[in-house]
Amino acid sequence: MVDERKLKRSETFPPETIAEIQRAADEGIYSIRGSGAKRRVPNFDDLILLGASMSRYPLEGYREACETNVTIGARNAKKPIELDIPITIAGMSFGALGANAKKALGLAATMMGTSTTTGDGGMTDEEREASKILVYQYLPSRYGMQPDQLRRADAIEIVVGQGAKPGGGGMLLGQKITERVANMRILPEGIDQRSACRHPDFTGPDDLQIKIQELREITDWQIPIYIKIGASRTRYDVMLAVKAGADAIVLDGMQGGTAASQDVFIEDVGIPTLPALRQAVEALQELDLHREIQLIVSGGIRTGADVAKALAMGADAVSLGMASLMALNCNAPIYIEDYEALGTKPGYCHHCHTGRCPVGVTTQDPELEARLDPEEGARRVRNYLTTLTLECQTLARACGKSHVHNLEPEDLAALTIEAAAMAGVPLAGTDWIPGHNGG
Amino acid sequence: MSAVDLAEISVRELNQRLHDLAPGANETEWTISNPRGRHAIAVGLDAPANLHIDGHVGYYCGGMNKQASIQIDGNAGQGLAENIMSGTVHCTGNASQSAGASGHGGLVVVEGDASSRCGISMKGVDIVVGGSIGHFSAFMAQAGHLVVCGDAGDGLGDSIYEAFIYVGGNVGSLGADCIEKEMTDAHRQTLAELLAKAGIEDDITRFRRFGSARELYNFNIDNAGNY
Repeated sequence: MVDERKLKRSETFPPETIAEIQRAADEGIYSIRGSGAKRRVPNFDDLILLGASMSRYPLEGYREACETNVTIGARNAKKPIELDIPITIAGMSFGALGANAKKALGLAATMMGTSTTTGDGGMTDEEREASKILVYQYLPSRYGMQPDQLRRADAIEIVVGQGAKPGGGGMLLGQKITERVANMRILPEGIDQRSACRHPDFTGPDDLQIKIQELREITDWQIPIYIKIGASRTRYDVMLAVKAGADAIVLDGMQGGTAASQDVFIEDVGIPTLPALRQAVEALQELDLHREIQLIVSGGIRTGADVAKALAMGADAVSLGMASLMALNCNAPIYIEDYEALGTKPGYCHHCHTGRCPVGVTTQDPELEARLDPEEGARRVRNYLTTLTLECQTLARACGKSHVHNLEPEDLAALTIEAAAMAGVPLAGTDWIPGHNGG
Repeated sequence: MSAVDLAEISVRELNQRLHDLAPGANETEWTISNPRGRHAIAVGLDAPANLHIDGHVGYYCGGMNKQASIQIDGNAGQGLAENIMSGTVHCTGNASQSAGASGHGGLVVVEGDASSRCGISMKGVDIVVGGSIGHFSAFMAQAGHLVVCGDAGDGLGDSIYEAFIYVGGNVGSLGADCIEKEMTDAHRQTLAELLAKAGIEDDITRFRRFGSARELYNFNIDNAGNY
């Protein structure tokens, strides 16, 4: 009989690390998976909103208006994006996601007056029809990049990086390269697709500036152009994106998801959303362009509180990837035997890369995909977005704000020293912001 | 014949006029003078127009072209005819890097030399270069043909998929998964047709063909050293 009390767990070699070493020894290749960073990083949970009391006057929670609309890209485009809510759906490809999932997200975004976004491989007719406002990603691989699709888009998002893997290209394993996906990307069916990490025809911000000029010319200066960056050297990257001429910047923190990437990339490259957002806002303020160039932040946004805190820190909007898939039942406790077949359980699944998604979201398999009804999925995502919006409004009213964009850093305090330093707000109960004023 | 002087009107005005061409419009012949290296000239066209650009152009000339035939009497900057879908972009001089990048169709001709990354990510375009090309050309080339009458730089065809490469001169080195392949009569026929379409005369018997070994299409631990 082993006395459990005497077993000494190694913090250097905990059981999961031992398992990974032995998996590497068995397979000889890095672990590839979907989803975002699973390690604990300082995040919006480490911030609280202060609300109103004697020194601030709240709005009536159920009576007084609290606006949520946001305009994106009015700087250069003749047709800027007008969103009813500051919550958008992030870029996810048809290929990574099944057609039903893409359609559900498009329908939900349309019902809520917000945008959804294409991904690697181009635009499908289904998602264009489902999405009133569709942002077209312009990616290094240029898979499926068609000028006619560019002209059908409501905005262009030039993807320089992604929070899950700043400096890395996309990946879609052979089991998801079905005939339709292969045809859209002009690739042999069933290959392990490794996308380029660098754009083929520009190499730096000076070239990107000319690339943006070209895209504006092709679209007759009608639609806004976003630049998406993964959070790393955010202050400099934001300044360079501004210099290159972006109308909006999409900033994806390290918690942002991916359909398939090396686990070591997901967990060990990039910085969390919290400090990246602060750096981005500071960079825009330094250039006197905060609120003129919109900042859309993604990577670990889950609740209306996360939305409110991101806006208070200076974001103009947030973007959801993983959370919107969870609204579609990603990781829901249904079809449990299919999770088990993948060697996982609901709540832990990150097997998007296998194409065997038990709930029919990240799959191209017709049988699995049939588990997601696009209309029902759309209703779920709409409900979720509605909840986030209501939560965000509730918090904004409590802080006395008649528009969610009136939330400000002054409404925030941090619960940990790390979060205070990263977010640039005082540690709760103090006026101490580590790193500020020599503190 | 429409004559446009870019010393008089902006690139924006020119592109708008070209984009506004109605299907079946009579205004099919265009001459464009004084390009003076400006960027994004004649991008995003979708009409069967014939453009003659008299002088050097900057970045992305003929980018995303559909249907139109664009002749540049001069040199071209970076990204000539990038993502071309159909039609022709013909440059009588030299072209900078990334000529024909990610082109899906149509024909790109560079009578002189093209620089590095020529045909990078090409997806069905045919590219004919009268001179030599630089390093890393046809990287991840998926489909289409790249014909080089001169030499090719290092790393040719790295991670190539199903594109065809023909080189008349020397190759610095081949990239990962790119190998020399047999030149059959059918390949010689294709090469002859491409050269004829490009209006470039050459001895097809001196050309060699390169393509994918297809060993990196699916990850295999035994090939780890090649990635």
